[in-house]
Amino acid sequence: MKLTGAQILMKCLEREGVKHIFGYPGGVVLDIYDELARTPSIRHILVRHEQAAVHAADGYARASAQVGVALVTSGPGATNTVTGIASAYLDSIPIVVFTGQVPTGLIGNDAFQEVDIVGITRPCTKHNYLVKDVKDLARTIHEAFHIARSGRPGPVLVDLPKDVSQGSTAPKFPEVVKIKSYNPTYHANPRQVARALDMILRAQRPVLYTGGGIVLSDSSEDLYKFATSLQIPVTSTLMGLGGFPGDHPLWMGMLGMHGTYCANMAVSQADVLIAVGARFDDRVTGKLSEFAPHAKIVHIDIDPSSISKNVQVDIPIVGDCKDTLGQLNELLKDKPVRDWTELRRPWLDTVNGWSATHPLTYVWDDKVIKPQFVVEKLYELTQGEAYITTEVGQNQMWAAQFYKFRHPRRLMTSGGLGVMGYGLPAAMGVQMAKPDACVIDIAGDGSIQMNIQELITVVDNDLPVKIAILNNSFLGMVRQWQQLFYDRRYSATPMTAPDFVKLAEAYGAVGLRATKPEEVEPVIREALNTRRPVIMDFKVEPEECVMPMVPAGKAMHEMLLA
Amino acid sequence: MDPKMEPRHTIAIWVDNTPGVLSRVTGLFSGRGFNIESLCVAETMDPEVSRITIVSTGDEQITEQIIKQLHKLINIIKVVDLSELEHVEREMVLVRVKAEDKSRAEVLRIADIFRCRVVDVSASTYTLEITGNHDKIRAVLDLLKNHGIQEVARTGTLAIQRSKKE
Repeated sequence: MKLTGAQILMKCLEREGVKHIFGYPGGVVLDIYDELARTPSIRHILVRHEQAAVHAADGYARASAQVGVALVTSGPGATNTVTGIASAYLDSIPIVVFTGQVPTGLIGNDAFQEVDIVGITRPCTKHNYLVKDVKDLARTIHEAFHIARSGRPGPVLVDLPKDVSQGSTAPKFPEVVKIKSYNPTYHANPRQVARALDMILRAQRPVLYTGGGIVLSDSSEDLYKFATSLQIPVTSTLMGLGGFPGDHPLWMGMLGMHGTYCANMAVSQADVLIAVGARFDDRVTGKLSEFAPHAKIVHIDIDPSSISKNVQVDIPIVGDCKDTLGQLNELLKDKPVRDWTELRRPWLDTVNGWSATHPLTYVWDDKVIKPQFVVEKLYELTQGEAYITTEVGQNQMWAAQFYKFRHPRRLMTSGGLGVMGYGLPAAMGVQMAKPDACVIDIAGDGSIQMNIQELITVVDNDLPVKIAILNNSFLGMVRQWQQLFYDRRYSATPMTAPDFVKLAEAYGAVGLRATKPEEVEPVIREALNTRRPVIMDFKVEPEECVMPMVPAGKAMHEMLLA
Repeated sequence: MDPKMEPRHTIAIWVDNTPGVLSRVTGLFSGRGFNIESLCVAETMDPEVSRITIVSTGDEQITEQIIKQLHKLINIIKVVDLSELEHVEREMVLVRVKAEDKSRAEVLRIADIFRCRVVDVSASTYTLEITGNHDKIRAVLDLLKNHGIQEVARTGTLAIQRSKKE
């Protein structure tokens, strides 16, 4: 039976199990939208800007462990997706973005709303396709989903010229994907794993440094088993938060630029550092030559190019985190039983000493709301069970520091690219994936204005997303750097925001405000008890800094503490 | 080798012969700040597969990254750093060199010594075809420079692994 390209696309999406698409229509995707309206199994969420469609698909993917999908038109529709795609690429989030394209005969003619989106996104997608023949469509879409979700996940873009969606063919839907040049290594080399375990067992001061790979491979239980069996203290990157319970005694907090004193000191003093699904980003390592100077390094990652990219490692292990941690746990069973609690005591006493002398803290103020206090209260009043999205800057770091993530896939944040304006659309995506969950976007007054238009999408779709704005009337993180490194010359960082309460009401959401510390808890309670979208506008201390801080280019032990 | 120069690596890459693959490869080099000294591309015996030969400079760590990053591209089938193996390298150069009265014989002598072929002649120039490895090409061009080189066209380096000794 012959089907049109648009029909084939819908069939393929159904076969991939897609239930939700975030998108925005336009001239060259009219046929696809026409078909979409006749496909009841797929719900389309109309965003108000294409960037938001991609962030929403990203948030959806992180919360649900499914591939997120966005659909936009050609030209500006396509270019607007680039920030979202680049963010998903740096954070290894599986999404597929469909862009419309002018008819194949017009490609290259500078046609209306034509842009070479495949060329533009080549460096920020895991892979991308321009489909030139409707006969290739079914196979291409199948490949796109396979590539997005397998190996080190990432965004895949499929560019669909109008004549391809309009054209027709009798499609063959392949059951399996075979790409001869693409075979990710899941199973780690057992000899390398055994060597790594021997080194770990001999370590006096081991540290587990985990990243987004733990979350992406759903291996937090394997990590928990390994860390607790050997009593190894754990730190993680921003992307890895929730991969190990944030209220566990072995948890040291996040490491890196705004990591805890304890985590950074532990890495600096470690004799064996076990990096799992992390990539030694500059925000984590600080000055490379002084990163973990005493440690032998084991690095487990599914992407060989992440290994020895920034830091030379002693035992590289290419493989899936889940597979590798599974092998380590299996091997441990055959090792002689030892009392690790007792053996590890000196190291854990040192570690605990660091966290006792330098906990994450802030100076309480009776009159002014401290932003950290807001995050603490959010944690307390949601019992740490909420799905948190963040914007980027101080709000993101305070969320990471003061919300103790106990489960994976509960923090959605643009970690690698650092996209202001990520949090609200991502929260939409999370709420679509988890309709009954409590979803909170921890935002700043600057960031929230970057995609504020999505408030109407949230209202329109009855998504009870909560937005907590830490409103300091500054671009806080840039201001912080100006305070610390540019003699307080606040160039272009003081910022006027609209009246967020009125704005919320104008959009049909609920607006609440707290200006004094004692108002914080009632506002949060009211928001959590409201089954509607709510903006909470917290007027916080304008010149609060995120501490501790490792200044850019300094070694991890050279932290500014307050 | 010039001591200031970083080591040269000759990398052979087999890729799917599909549109955009070359731009994925070169984009990777420019985007990550890797050098390309020369690059050759052509179909293999299998028309669905192309072979790219890239000469790049960089230390061991950079070369390792280049190879890993290339492997990561979906359309790349195989990557081999030929510099690690016994291999043969050749480059072809067409060079038009001034050859007037006194120097005509000398240019021909150089051509003869290095087994170049004369592919075009005019009253005041010779055009030579030179084939050889990097060092030989450089030696010839250095000598011809004294006579005045008008134009050069180079293919870039090609390389192939030597067959295993029995």
